[in-house]
Amino acid sequence: MMTVKLHRTLEAPQGPMSLEVDFEIPPGQLITLYGESGAGKTSVLRMLSGLMLPDYGCITFDQDIWFDSEKKINKRPQERNIGYVFQDYALFPNMTVDEQIRFSLKNKSEKNIISELIDVLELGNLRHRTPVMLSGGQQQRVALARVLACKPHLLLLDEPLSALGFNMRQRLQDYIISIQHKYKLTTILVSHDVGEVYRLSQSVIWLEDGKIKDQGDPKSVFSHKQTSGNFQLLGEVLRIEKADVIYITTVLIGNSLVKVVTEESEAIKLKAGDKVLVASKAFYPIIQQVE
Amino acid sequence: MIWEPIILTFKLALITTLALIVIGLPLAYWLSETRSRIKPVVETLVSMPLVLPPTVLGFYLLVAFSPSYALGRWLDEHLNLQLVFTFEGLVIASVIYSLPFMVQPLQSGLSNLPPSLKEASYLLGKSKATTLFRVLLPNMKSSLLTGLVLTFAHTIGEFGVVLMIGGNIPGRTKVASIAIYDEVESLNYGLANTYSLFLFVVTFVILLVVYLFNGGYLKKMVS
Repeated sequence: MMTVKLHRTLEAPQGPMSLEVDFEIPPGQLITLYGESGAGKTSVLRMLSGLMLPDYGCITFDQDIWFDSEKKINKRPQERNIGYVFQDYALFPNMTVDEQIRFSLKNKSEKNIISELIDVLELGNLRHRTPVMLSGGQQQRVALARVLACKPHLLLLDEPLSALGFNMRQRLQDYIISIQHKYKLTTILVSHDVGEVYRLSQSVIWLEDGKIKDQGDPKSVFSHKQTSGNFQLLGEVLRIEKADVIYITTVLIGNSLVKVVTEESEAIKLKAGDKVLVASKAFYPIIQQVE
Repeated sequence: MIWEPIILTFKLALITTLALIVIGLPLAYWLSETRSRIKPVVETLVSMPLVLPPTVLGFYLLVAFSPSYALGRWLDEHLNLQLVFTFEGLVIASVIYSLPFMVQPLQSGLSNLPPSLKEASYLLGKSKATTLFRVLLPNMKSSLLTGLVLTFAHTIGEFGVVLMIGGNIPGRTKVASIAIYDEVESLNYGLANTYSLFLFVVTFVILLVVYLFNGGYLKKMVS
């Protein structure tokens, strides 16, 4: 069990922002920190990992105190045993894939974990390449392999998929799911993509302006506990057009466009860019295999 | 041509460069990550030799190391070290004089690396020293080379400080730049020209290698 209570004043572009979070994570769970950019998600990860000093608060992981402002305890990042995957991956340009993974081994005799990770993350053909010779998705997998090689207790993923295309995102989400199942790691994923949160996490913490706006399982958090459709999809509003007496709202769901008939009273509340839930309970969708 | 001043010059440059990598690297590392209030003061002191006339530095070192004053006397009595008009004195003066040429490239090299490299290494459980030698330095080779070569070349080009603190003792403190001055004073232009030409060619080649390496031309030529 991990318990986190943190407070810190951050310098945001629009003035000082107070970041205050208080949450618990059961062991082995994957939770998501969701929120717009600037909500304080990355700062939370940096404080958990010891890269940023909270003003006050405490962090404990399985009874082990990492930070406690009252007891004046602050463990160095090296002592917290965290696997942190940075947004820019932070691969070492001077090392090949093999060397990166070898470098992070705590115990040099554990060579079998290298081949295991190379298998799980399908890095076999890339072992002798340096980061400049890798695509974004490949760098991402190397960064994951590198942090897993030092057998962390906690895995922190800072928007690891934000720079990738749709298909690569999906594949990497599968990797993250399989790794999380295989190693039963307590994992915190930072994301501002609702689809990703739904797909990957058992629980979500919604951050807004440094405060927790809502938390719980993704379905209840994002549907605001109002809708009980038997068929729900999340998407983003692209366009709202008036057609006679009704409105047609074009919604991007995954990489497909869906047109939804909307009443005026609803349409005026929506604007392009809004995240929406498209739900229906009046019909049974037909599922057909296409490949 | 007498080789002695040339050999002495290169010996001084080599020892100064080695001493400065040992002193300059921790200093540059500290400057690149400290938030201390005294950082601007330290940075100013490190950069002073860039603008200060070498004679000023030489004069103060001469006074400080002189056995008539406290520091010089203490060094003489306790460590049996005489630093005025000796090669050891030249090394110390050169180290101070060339300090910015080592520290500044290393400091800017370290500051230009993305902070996430250092942080990633710490989070993999690596110490600051391991991070510096395995992750940071290998990724700033051009800054490292610039620091080493500029220090070496700058020490070859020293004149004022050397003359003040070292004087002109053949085999001990008479480096090539002093020898040139000495030969000109004795109207011995032929030998002065030989020394000058030698220094000209050597420093040209050294700097050319740096620019070729840092501009990536060497790699292009090889491939």
